[in-house]
Amino acid sequence: MTSTVRDTPLRTVHERLGATMTEFAGWLMPLRYGSETAEHNAVRTNAALFDLSHMGEIAVTGPGAGAALDYALCGWPSRLAVGRARYTMLCAPDGGILDDLIVYRQADERFLVVANAANTSVVLAELTERCSGGAVIADESAVTGLVSIQGPNGCGFLSTVTDLPVDSMQYYAGAYGTVAGRPAWVARTGYTGEDGFEIFCAPADCEPIWDALTATGGAGGLPAAGLAARDTLRLEAGMPLYGNELGPDVTPYEAGLGRVVRLDKPGDFVGREALAARAAEGPRATLIGLLGNSRRVPRHGYAVLSAAGDRVGAVTSGAPSPTLGRPIAMAYVEGEAGGPFGIDIRGKTEPAEVTGLPFYDRRK
Amino acid sequence: MSVPAELRYTQEHEWVSIEADTATIGITDYATQALGDVVYVSLPEVGVAVTAGEPCGEVESTKSVSELYSPVDGEVVEVNEELDDDPGLINAEPYGLGWMFRVRVADGTTATGLLSPTEYDALTKSAG
Repeated sequence: MTSTVRDTPLRTVHERLGATMTEFAGWLMPLRYGSETAEHNAVRTNAALFDLSHMGEIAVTGPGAGAALDYALCGWPSRLAVGRARYTMLCAPDGGILDDLIVYRQADERFLVVANAANTSVVLAELTERCSGGAVIADESAVTGLVSIQGPNGCGFLSTVTDLPVDSMQYYAGAYGTVAGRPAWVARTGYTGEDGFEIFCAPADCEPIWDALTATGGAGGLPAAGLAARDTLRLEAGMPLYGNELGPDVTPYEAGLGRVVRLDKPGDFVGREALAARAAEGPRATLIGLLGNSRRVPRHGYAVLSAAGDRVGAVTSGAPSPTLGRPIAMAYVEGEAGGPFGIDIRGKTEPAEVTGLPFYDRRK
Repeated sequence: MSVPAELRYTQEHEWVSIEADTATIGITDYATQALGDVVYVSLPEVGVAVTAGEPCGEVESTKSVSELYSPVDGEVVEVNEELDDDPGLINAEPYGLGWMFRVRVADGTTATGLLSPTEYDALTKSAG
C-alpha cells in the first residue's frame, strides 16, 4: 500500500494561482484559491473552472457491456442511447451503497463509469468481478484528466473553444470532440446545481484546455474554484456526498434516491433482493434538509434532537450557504421527519427548520 | 503573510496590542488564511474574567471551528459588535476592523509568553 499523495496534471497551475492545497482521497487538490465564498458565488452567477482529475474513470467495453452493467449496478445502463448519461449506484448484496456514479454511453459497446476518487479501487474490483465474462473492464483513471466549467455563462465560454455544438447539447448528454484543439469527451454534467460541462481529456491536455477556458473569461480570466466551493455548491443543490449521505449502511431509499434502483429491469442484479425488500418495507431513516436560524453551522455527526430533546438523528453535511445566507444541513432522522428539530452544536441546542431538498434550484 | 511590527503574538495565532492596561486581541493574517471565510465568531461577554492560555470563545469558518484563547489574564471590557453582522471583517482586516475583544489586564500581572513579530513569523514558516 503506498501512502504517497498523487498530483493531478494541473498541480503547477494551482500553485501559480496561489491555491491552498489539501490532501483528498490520496490526491493533492486545491481546497480554495482565495475566498471559497467568492468561488461559490462565481459559479452561481458567472462560471468557474474545477480540476476534477482525481475522479476515477473505468471503461466497460464489449458487446455484452450494457448487460453486464445492468447486472453490476442498480440502474439500467443498457437502455442508454449513445451519447447519454445517467446517475446511478453500485450497491452491495445487502443493498448498501458502495459508490454513486455517473455512467456515460460513449459508443454502442463502450461505457465510461465515473467513480468518486476515494472509491475508485472498490468500484474497479467490483465491476471486474461482477462483469467477469460479460465485458472488458479497464481502469483509465491514470490516463484521463478532467476539467469542469460550471455556471450559467459556462456554455457560452466553452462554445468559443470547442468544435462541439455545446449550446444545443442536452443535459446529461456527452460527445467526442475537441476543446482548445485537443480531443476530449465533453458532457453536460456536474455537481453544482448549475449548467456546466465536464471535459475528459488526456492528462497532458489538461493545462492547455484549462488555459484556453481561463482566457475565455476576458481580461481577468475565468476564476478557478476548489473543493470547498464544490462542497457548498453541491450541498445547496441537495446532492449527496459519498461518506456523508451515502455509505454502506444506507440504501438508495434512505437517501431519497429510490429512483436509481430499477427493480423493473429484467434479470437479476447485485442487491436486487435486499433492495426490493427495502422498497416494500419503506426506508429505515429519512434524509431531510435543515435551515439554521443562527450563524452557527450544523456539522457532520452533530445530533438532531426532537422538540422533547431526544436524539432522533444526525447531521450528515452542513455548511454556511452563500446563496441562502444562512447555514444549511442534511441529516438522517428516524420516524417522523417533520420536526421541529434542534441541533446540538458543540453543547448548545440550536433550533433548525425542516425544508425540502434541494435548498437551491436554478430553474426557480 | 502580514505580521505587523508593532504587535505581539501567540502560538495560537492571535495578535495582542497593549496600551496602558488594555490589551486588544484578534487573530492573525496567517490564521485567517488557514481558516478561510469566517462565518461566525463567539466572543466572551463584557465583564467576564479571562485567563491566559484558556479558551474563551470560538471562530467558525466555512469548513472548520477553532477555539479563541485569551493571551492575558484580566477582565473583558469591550467586544467588537460589528462582527455579529459582518464576521468577514476578520478576513478583510484581521489587524484593523476585525479586532475581536479588549481585556483590562489584571493588576500586578504582565503579559508574558508573547512572541515578537520575528518569532511569530518564524513559527508560521515552520508550520508550513
